[in-house]
Amino acid sequence: MPGIPLPVRSRGFGQTTRRDRWWLTPAAVAVGLGAFVVYATWAALQGQHYTYGPYLSPFYSPELWGPSEHAWFGPLPPGWPAGLPYSPALLILWAPGGFRLTCYYYRGAYYKAFWADPPACAVGEPRTGYIGESNWPLRIQNIHRYFLYVAILFIGLLAWDAVKAYWFADGFGVGVGSLVLTANVVLLAGYTFGCHSLRHLVGGRLDCVSKAPTCHTLYKGCSALNRRHPAWAWASLCSVMFADLYVRLCSMGVWRDLRIV
Amino acid sequence: MATATFRIWRGTAEKGEFRDYTAEVGEGMVVLDAVHQIQATQAPDLACRWNCKAGKCGSCSAEVNGKPRLMCMTRVSDLPLDVPVIVEPMQAFPPVKDLVTDVSWNYEVKKRIAPFSPRKPDAPDGTWRMAQEDADRVQEFRKCIECFLCQDVCHVLRDHHKHAAFIGPRFLVHVAQLEMHPLDTGDRVAALKNDNGIGYCNITKCCTKVCPEHITITDNAIIPLKERVVDDHYDPVLKLIRLVLRRRG
Repeated sequence: MPGIPLPVRSRGFGQTTRRDRWWLTPAAVAVGLGAFVVYATWAALQGQHYTYGPYLSPFYSPELWGPSEHAWFGPLPPGWPAGLPYSPALLILWAPGGFRLTCYYYRGAYYKAFWADPPACAVGEPRTGYIGESNWPLRIQNIHRYFLYVAILFIGLLAWDAVKAYWFADGFGVGVGSLVLTANVVLLAGYTFGCHSLRHLVGGRLDCVSKAPTCHTLYKGCSALNRRHPAWAWASLCSVMFADLYVRLCSMGVWRDLRIV
Repeated sequence: MATATFRIWRGTAEKGEFRDYTAEVGEGMVVLDAVHQIQATQAPDLACRWNCKAGKCGSCSAEVNGKPRLMCMTRVSDLPLDVPVIVEPMQAFPPVKDLVTDVSWNYEVKKRIAPFSPRKPDAPDGTWRMAQEDADRVQEFRKCIECFLCQDVCHVLRDHHKHAAFIGPRFLVHVAQLEMHPLDTGDRVAALKNDNGIGYCNITKCCTKVCPEHITITDNAIIPLKERVVDDHYDPVLKLIRLVLRRRG
């Protein structure tokens, strides 16, 4: 491919002739994602106050091994070193974390917010060298579809948790927590099923969708969600954090779960 | 009539500077009108490329207040006029004079992309049959007017000058238009990865934001092409499935 004769003007870090507040969006993304990472790490390391009655925090679901009645296989993973602190969240959070980390939307957002590559559109960058995702280490981002497969599995598990959240010790009921966990799984499903990789896999890979009507229907549904993918991404990020906080504060006795029915 | 100050880049490839001009501004006026007024009254040697004045030829691409825009589609009333309106040439291409840049690199890039290669005609009269839903997806890409604003804002070209390794969003849209075409038989996926540098795109979506034709460049063209590259080069499970299916015939 041909190069281009210099001079092409270059600008230093942050240099731009833009007159708007271009730094506002990347700053908001940095604060939002930073707050989530700090909270999620703290919550995952707690190892307690993640259940309340039929409610299970989404950060701890599925609880493979753990002390609560939601655990699938018992209190501790076999061979877990004695004395080493254990939290059920540590076994599973890599999956939703990896899904979001490799998500096409988040990639663009955090490259801007945390790496200033670029800080914003048409704003000068701090570095001259650049390989993007054309080589290692960022070539690993191509693993996204594998995290998607696990994320779809998690949607099923969280949906089951939401169903169980309507069954209390005295039978069927609706608590505020039931609605919180239901809203959370709906938002997470909206984010997951609007994924760019899923959109490709269900129909986007085909040039003649008319010959595969099921794929075409799935592609249209996925595309409809994909058009608002950033909104789903942020809504589900907030909801999953709030769902954990709700269960945690109820379990700690700070909040009281209201029974509606 | 109210007046506004326009701070316009004047210069050549070797040197240049911003110069302030005052223009009368009225209702419905666009930046290109102001530039023409300045040309007519104060700077007859001001170089500016334009043609249709209707947002369809893609000639008057420039940067207005730091944002890549078509001058003919940028209303003066949408800009803050208490400070000078900054008008400068596109930054990703070599300047020729004032607001004119040399965009010929784009035409050289286009020549290197494998052209449309349709399958054999479907009917004896040499025509093809296509379902509308198959054509829908690529029709969006045909709206491109080749204004090269997406190329200008792309930081891979603008800041990192990867012109020799990366074809830029405009031509990724072009490849998508060919690659997703229901009649096309060509395979450009290996070229996308190796020669066209699709991996350099880090999905900042700046190209989508500046497109005057509102083509969803990143979501509908670049990411689907990235996924096709993953299919062929980074998905071992899919590779295995394809191998098994091929052996079964």
